[in-house]
Amino acid sequence: MSTAVAIADPPVPAPAVRWRDPLPGFGLTLGWTLTWLGLIVLLPLAALVVRASDLGGDGWAAILASQRVQRALWLSFGSALLAATVATVVGALVAWVLVRYRFPGRRLLDAMVDLPFALPTAVAGIALTALYSGQGWIGRHLEPLGIQVAQAPLGIVLALVFIGLPFTVRTVQPLLETTTRELEEAAATLGASRPTILRRVVLPPLLPALLTGFSLAFARGVGEYGSVIFIAGNIPFVSEIAPLLIVIKLEEFDYAGATGVAVLMLAISFVLLLAISGLQKWVGK
Amino acid sequence: MDIRVESLHKQFSGFAALHGIDLSIRSGELIALLGPSGSGKTTLLRALAGLVPIDGGRILFGERDAATLTLRERRVGFVFQHYALFKHLDVFENVAFGLRSRPRRERPAAAEIAARVDALLRRVQLGGLAGRLPDQLSGGQRQRVALARAMAIDPTVLLLDEPFGALDAKVRVELRRWLRQIHDDTGYTTVFVTHDQEEALELADRVVVLNQGRIEQVGTPDEVYRQPVSSFVFDFIGRGAQIAGQARAGQFLVDGRPVYALRSTIGDGPALLSVRPHHFEIAAPEHGLRGQVRQQRQLAGRITLDVQLEAGAQVVEVDLDALQSGLAPAVGARIGLQPVAGTVFRAAD
Repeated sequence: MSTAVAIADPPVPAPAVRWRDPLPGFGLTLGWTLTWLGLIVLLPLAALVVRASDLGGDGWAAILASQRVQRALWLSFGSALLAATVATVVGALVAWVLVRYRFPGRRLLDAMVDLPFALPTAVAGIALTALYSGQGWIGRHLEPLGIQVAQAPLGIVLALVFIGLPFTVRTVQPLLETTTRELEEAAATLGASRPTILRRVVLPPLLPALLTGFSLAFARGVGEYGSVIFIAGNIPFVSEIAPLLIVIKLEEFDYAGATGVAVLMLAISFVLLLAISGLQKWVGK
Repeated sequence: MDIRVESLHKQFSGFAALHGIDLSIRSGELIALLGPSGSGKTTLLRALAGLVPIDGGRILFGERDAATLTLRERRVGFVFQHYALFKHLDVFENVAFGLRSRPRRERPAAAEIAARVDALLRRVQLGGLAGRLPDQLSGGQRQRVALARAMAIDPTVLLLDEPFGALDAKVRVELRRWLRQIHDDTGYTTVFVTHDQEEALELADRVVVLNQGRIEQVGTPDEVYRQPVSSFVFDFIGRGAQIAGQARAGQFLVDGRPVYALRSTIGDGPALLSVRPHHFEIAAPEHGLRGQVRQQRQLAGRITLDVQLEAGAQVVEVDLDALQSGLAPAVGARIGLQPVAGTVFRAAD
């Protein structure tokens, strides 16, 4: 039996089973995300907008034209932006020191960074007021120099920096921990000066994290209420922030007016955060 | 540029990383710093670069004391083990970094920078990749970018820390030959650190063997391989067996039997005979070192026998040319091993 037999390959049937991703993935997570976002975030916000529509055209016009509202919004957003900028610079420095250097008390300092997260913000406000008011330890020495902190916009910025600092420290810190000294050494052997190393080697990779920290600190600052009302003095047109104005309107039973200001804050915040995120995307490229 | 290191000391919190290193590097040489981890080789390299402060002695770049030079004035081209490329800059900008970082009055014009970077990228065979980011390159390509970046500042000396350590075996061998080629073309004085003796022997003009912060031996690859000055150098530089015995009257004795005629004068007393695996001849059991074949392995052109010696039950490796496979004794055979070349050191105690 040595006849060669040609054996034809049997046709391979197409696999009947659809390939499935082994990880429970997209469908489930998207479902949860939408439900969560819808119930916790979007629904209340939608209710807010609906409530604000009670105002009608005249009501809106009155709110938009109100000097007091304009001042409060300007103060809220202006001081939040300024405070976030300061918090970003200072936060980056704090993160740098915590990551790069080993010194006694480093862990303690590291833990203290989170205190503003945990502290009831009113406590922070009272503490800052005690320091910076005209009779306070620091305020006493600043007032003769013509620097008014408490009951002035400066006090608001100060409180917001205090509240925003942990955000910027904690966003930059993990990224700094992954960067190595070697990059700076490489730049130094190539002849770069210290400012050049900072500008061209250290900062660019941190930029996205800095922006994230900035936007978190900013968002937190815009919404901050507790600490600010103690130090701000709440003088209309001078140191009255928008969230306080909303509370005042509520206390006057002007619910529509309160929601109107709230919707304005919401819209401006949204536009600014969108802009920051756009900037981030552009930087990340 | 000639570089001289004179009784260099470096202390790291409590332990001495370098004790009194003296070394002179001639202009245009390719030098390997070879040693196990913790031997101080990387510390020495970093001291040359000025990346670590030194605690004693001095380093001379030509006639100038390096302590008086800033990092920029030293102009060392340092290639880091993990390349340390700037991830946010593309290949072109990485290579241009050193030129762009010069003070304004010394900085070349943009067109000149572009021309020099292009020439360097062609030299390291990365001509088409100028626009890539480091993350988009393979390990070997990153290594070449790092080298081009270091060469861009026209360095007085190129310093490479474990230049091939992070690469896979095949790329490593290719890059090794290529680095030699670059060195020969450019004439840069080059010092590289490695723990791989094969790399050091194949690539370098001279090898500096370091152990525990001291230089054990400096010599050409051939010298350190054939005439190791210490049992450490013998052991570190290649495979081989060290057999304990006695030196007496020009003979090396194991269990009272002469197994090797000494070529150098060494006082009588306990000694170590160091023999490379291919420096044994198989003899009848009554000659040389008596032993029994335990295992036989074949590997690319050679046969390796594991022979267990009677003296001390030590297992030594013996390499035979695979062409002579017919002559290889079978596993279990009792044979004699006759060393044909070796080095005898006084036993340490």
